[in-house]
This record gives sequence, structure tokens and C-alpha cells, in this order.
Amino acid sequence: MATEIKAPPYRVFNIAPAIKPGAMKDSKSFLANDKIQADLGFPGHEIADWHDRAISKMGELLGKYRALKVYMDACVHCGACSDKCHYFIGTGDPKNMPVARQDLMRSVYRRYFTLPGKLFPKLVGARDLTREVLDEWYNYFHQCSECRRCSVFCPYGIDTAEITMAARDILDAAGYGQKYSNEIIGKVHSIGNNLGLPRPALVDTLEGLEEDVKEDTGLDIKFPLDVKGAEVLLITPSADFFAEPHIDSLIGYGKVFHAAGISWTLSSMASEAGNFGIFIGNYEQMRKVALRIRQAALELGVKRIVVGECGHAWRVAYSFWNTLIGVGDGAHDPYGIELQKQLDHRYKQPMHICELTWDLAERKVITFDKEANDKHIITFHDSCNVARGAGMGDMYGGQFEIPRNIVKAVANHFHEMPEGTTHEKTFCCGGGGGLLTDDLLDLRVKGSLPRMEALQHVVDAHGVNFMASICAICKSQFTKVLPYYGFDRRLIGGVHQLVSNAIKLGDK
Amino acid sequence: MFAVLFYFAAGLLAVGLIYRIISYARIPAPLKIPTTPAPRTRTGVVFLMAREVFLFQSLFKASLWTWLFSAMFHAGLALVLLRHLRYFIDPVWSWVVFIQPFGIYAGFMMVAGLMGLWARRFFVDRIRYISTPSDHLMLALLISIGTSGLVMKFITRTDIVAIKNFFMGLMSFDISTLPSDWMIYLHLSLIALLLIIFPFSKLLHAPGIFFSPTRNQVENSRDKRHLSAWAAKLESGK
Repeated sequence: MATEIKAPPYRVFNIAPAIKPGAMKDSKSFLANDKIQADLGFPGHEIADWHDRAISKMGELLGKYRALKVYMDACVHCGACSDKCHYFIGTGDPKNMPVARQDLMRSVYRRYFTLPGKLFPKLVGARDLTREVLDEWYNYFHQCSECRRCSVFCPYGIDTAEITMAARDILDAAGYGQKYSNEIIGKVHSIGNNLGLPRPALVDTLEGLEEDVKEDTGLDIKFPLDVKGAEVLLITPSADFFAEPHIDSLIGYGKVFHAAGISWTLSSMASEAGNFGIFIGNYEQMRKVALRIRQAALELGVKRIVVGECGHAWRVAYSFWNTLIGVGDGAHDPYGIELQKQLDHRYKQPMHICELTWDLAERKVITFDKEANDKHIITFHDSCNVARGAGMGDMYGGQFEIPRNIVKAVANHFHEMPEGTTHEKTFCCGGGGGLLTDDLLDLRVKGSLPRMEALQHVVDAHGVNFMASICAICKSQFTKVLPYYGFDRRLIGGVHQLVSNAIKLGDK
Repeated sequence: MFAVLFYFAAGLLAVGLIYRIISYARIPAPLKIPTTPAPRTRTGVVFLMAREVFLFQSLFKASLWTWLFSAMFHAGLALVLLRHLRYFIDPVWSWVVFIQPFGIYAGFMMVAGLMGLWARRFFVDRIRYISTPSDHLMLALLISIGTSGLVMKFITRTDIVAIKNFFMGLMSFDISTLPSDWMIYLHLSLIALLLIIFPFSKLLHAPGIFFSPTRNQVENSRDKRHLSAWAAKLESGK
């Protein structure tokens, strides 16, 4: 890793940088040790038959995921995606162009799974899977945050995230797991959340939080844990329990439930919204993590499942839970059927906390004192997985409108960042997709360049001093990288942090 | 000789493409992965797909130059192909007669678009980096086909009646001879080569787009369960 990590300079013109081959070839996230791998049922490092395992896994995935197969075949190297990735913009390394990242795998696919690649490897850019190639995969498939920005622009919709996920799944099968993601998934399996907070620690934290909020508001606002028969089960990223600024949003959720008089609970078994199974592209792991939530919902007998501010968690919840565990339209296994009977289908299942809050605000069940946020001049950062991998509400583009509606309802000063950096064209924070680890800090700082440029724009033009987001990873990432660009780390916060400031709790 | 080549090329193209399409159709898409902006209804998906296939909507958002050259090439090719229908039908449909003059301009447009696309592979450093020999050869092949066609139209001329006889004959398995003209030999051999490599190359983007889950899925993840066969087995095994 570089000895000194510095933010790259802003671009003078808003165009792609000249390529700098090899600029990030040494960026390497720590490998998972054998114990971490074993906890997930993956082989350890240094297995003799890694090559055959990798190729056979690749064959398996090509038969299981249509996207992978079609995307391996369809790319014409048109270059539409080549200047769209924030990691390419920030690093200039051509292998961070989505097409080149895909080609790391496509070259191997061609060699082993297509006729021209078997016959004329040089001609079509096919190559054998060597140890060096595998190392290159490891380095560059951990420089993709699976944000899907490239797929918006690809004429065939090729989604590099799908390819990165497959690559990581293959790497895991060959004993090349990533420490950060795999260790976290292990913790979820054994303890229930990414941070590894056991129940007593949670109880302690939440009690402390109740005291703080009482001191602040004079009201008994509860943060209940494992309450059977509550109406709502809130699934929120574990960072919300004590990372800054995440916890301020947790307080916001609590105030919303309190003001609306909705009984709710957190769960110690399912004390994590994040599902890192998606990052490593492993369906079974993702399902296993999600099943904890179904189990908690069944045990607590809740009527609704609501998800806190977390980007990829919302993608998994919104787009995948219905498939994985039947939260939504419902599964047909015995547990799925039982859950379906238990849930209240007048509400969307699962529901995003923003959908819940906005619905209450629209019905005037909760009201706000907008002036309470007057010190904040706000912009909104669309989190990539919410923007491009999920939805909200029943309307098209709800994932963009609902959080903005909330911000505008609770505050007076709101400004959009420049077009092309928001909505479905939003730039990732630079830390998503299993990269939020200090061993990748250099990459994270560089990858946030386009977002920082856009932020600088509204800071200069409007004096913006608060960037709201609805993702735990965005919040952690920005807290860390903002200072590199000369910003105050407290510039980032949650939408429900703003809600928390403005909501009228009254003494109703 | 050409008759055999064309039967072989056409046969390989048909078999190859059908095989690919069946394999794409058979492989499940286990998760809902539509990319925003994704339609919420099946009809919406049809319209989105139409915009992608006919207007290259996403490419338009991505890069105007690439879009322009690519649109010139594809639209040109489409018109040229329609114009060539006259070699395969008799009597020639009136609308095919009508488009004949446009087809000529389209030929130029197609070659110009290809040249533009090729120029990008030399002059844009990012595109130069990702270009493989096969990318260059593919463009060279298409340009050669287009140019040889235009040369026959405007410079050397050829006996198009004999060519029509040849192709009509091919279709009724009654082989007649081609005019002995090396330009037509070149034109036809290159086309046969294109047909042969189609199912093994990046030309698969044509059928591929219809099977791209980020584009062809309806965004209704919460309302309707989507479960693939292999994932369902996981569930019952639980």
C-alpha cells in the first residue's frame, strides 16, 4: 500500500482521465485466512487444485446465471462504459474501466468455454488461467464496488457488478477469499451482525441511547430489543448502533415510531440489515444471512418488516428478499407460508424506513419544525444500490423522490448536485461492495473523486454543509474520506438525522 | 464452389444461432436485477427493449460519437440488407423497389459509420486499450464487405441478373453459375465468412440484448416472486 494516501486533484475538465496502465495493480485487499474461509465452507489459500476448482466453478456459474453467460458473449468493446466508473476516473488505471475489468474474466472465459478462444487465443484476447491472472482478478475485482453505474450506459445492459460477483465467487471457490467481507459474513452467521455485537452489548448500547435521548428531549423514547408481538421489526445496519453519524439516524427512526405511536422492535438475532453475501456473489451465503431475518420475524411475531438506511441492504431486501426468503409475495415452504400469514399485507413488505416516514408525513401523522434544520444547507447523495438496484413506493423513481421529499419536508435549504452525478447516474461513494476496509483506503479516497467534485460544486455555489444519504457504507466512507478533500467529516449524515432534528414530538 | 460455401455458412449460422438462443433461454436468471430506469410492466419492457434495439438509448446517454457512428452503421446496414432482398424474391416487392435508391446512400453511410468506429479504436486511448485484434479485424471485414459492394455498384459493375439467378437457384436447390468477376467473389466470400463467425463472436450482441436481465426484467420484485429452478431446490432441501 502507498505510504501516503492523498486525494487526487479535481479534474479541470469534466472528462475521463488519460489512461495510466498499472496505476492500481498493487492495490490488494487482505486475503482471508483459512479459518475465515472454513467458517463459510470455502477452501483455504494455497490449495493445489485451485485452477481446476476455479474453472469448474466458472462453468457452474455460467450455467446458473444467464446474466453472466450473456454478458461474457455480448460485449463489443464499444467503450460506452469506459469513462463511467468512479474508480477509473479517480485512478486512471485502464483495468478499472468496466469493459477492461470484465475482460479480465472474459479472456479466461474465451479460452476455456469458446471455440475461437480454444483455437486462436491471441486473436480474440483469450488467455490461460494462471496464478498471475488469478492475482490480477483478486486485485481488480476488489476495485469494483458493484455500483452498476456502467450498466446504465451499456447498450446491452452489461452489469459489471454481476461479473465482479461471479469473479469473487470463483475466487472463494479457489481459496482466494477477501478477509474483510468473509470475516463479516462469518460474524453474521455466528453472532448476528457485521460488527460482531453480542446481545448484551446491544442491550447496553440501546439503554444508553434511551438515556441520551431522554436527556435531549425529556421524553421516554424507546429503542426496544427482542419485543415479541411488536408491530414492526426494524432491520438496520449494525453501524447504526454506534457509529457516527449513523446513530443519529437510528434516533430518528425511534422518534418517528414514537411520534406515530407504532410499536416496534429490533432483533438481536437479526441485528444487521447489511448482507455481504451479495458482495461475494454467493447465493447460498446471501440466503443464509437473509434467513436470520425471517426467523427473527417469525419468532417475534411482527406484522411488518422495515429496513433502515442502508444501500445494498435495501437492494437485497427490495429486490431479493422475495426470492430468497419470501418477504414480499411469499414463499411456498412451510416457514414462508407461516410468515405470509403473519405479515400485514396492507403494507409493502419489506418497507423502507423512508417509505414509512414519508407516508406518515403525507398523512400528517407526524409533523416537522423545518426551522430546526436551518443551520443545514443540504444536498442529497443517491446511494448506488438504492438508485440502480432497488425502488421505493409504487411509483417509478420513488427511490429518488421519497428521500428528497422527506429532506424537503424537514428542512428549508436543499440543493441538488450537478446533473449526471445524481439519480440513476449517481456516483458511488467509493467504499461500497465490500471495499470499506482500511487496506483499500487509497482506492477509496481516489474512487470518491467524482462525488467530491460534485459536492465541491454545490459547496461553492450554495454553501452546502450537509450531504444527506441513506446508506451506512456511504456514511462511513465519507466520514473517512471527506477530510482528504479538505471537507469537514461531519458534512455527511443521514436523512433520518434531519428527521430527528425536526420532528415534532410534542406531548401528545 | 460458392454454392457449397453458402449452404455451409447459412447452415452454420442458423444452427449456431439457434443453439446460442436456446442456451441463453435455458440458463435461469435467479435474481431480479433490472437496472434503473426499469419499467414496472411487461409492456414497458417491450417499449424499453424497442428503444434499445432501434434507438440505442443507453449508448446515446453514454457517448454521442459512438452513438452516431454506430447508428449510421446499423441503420445503413439495415437499409442495405433490405435493398438486397431483391436478389432473393421474385417478383420484387414494391416497397423493396421503392427503397432501392435509399439503399445506395445507406451503403455510404454504413461504411462511413464503420470508419468512424474504427477511428475511435486508434485515436481514443481508452478504446485503443480495450481493442483486440479481433475487434479490428471485424471492422476491417465489415468495411471490406461494404466497400466491395459499393465498388460493384459504382465502378466495376457486375451482372446482377446472373447473381439473382444464382441466389434464386440456391434457394430452390437448382445451382446456376455466378458471373466470373473477382469483385463479386470477394464480396460473397467475405459475407460467407461473416455468417460463419457470427455465432462465435461478439456479433452475439444481437441476440444477447434480448436476454440481458438488466434490460428485460420487469421491476416488480416486491410484488411477484421470482424463483429459479435451482434456487427452488435449495428451498425444498431446507
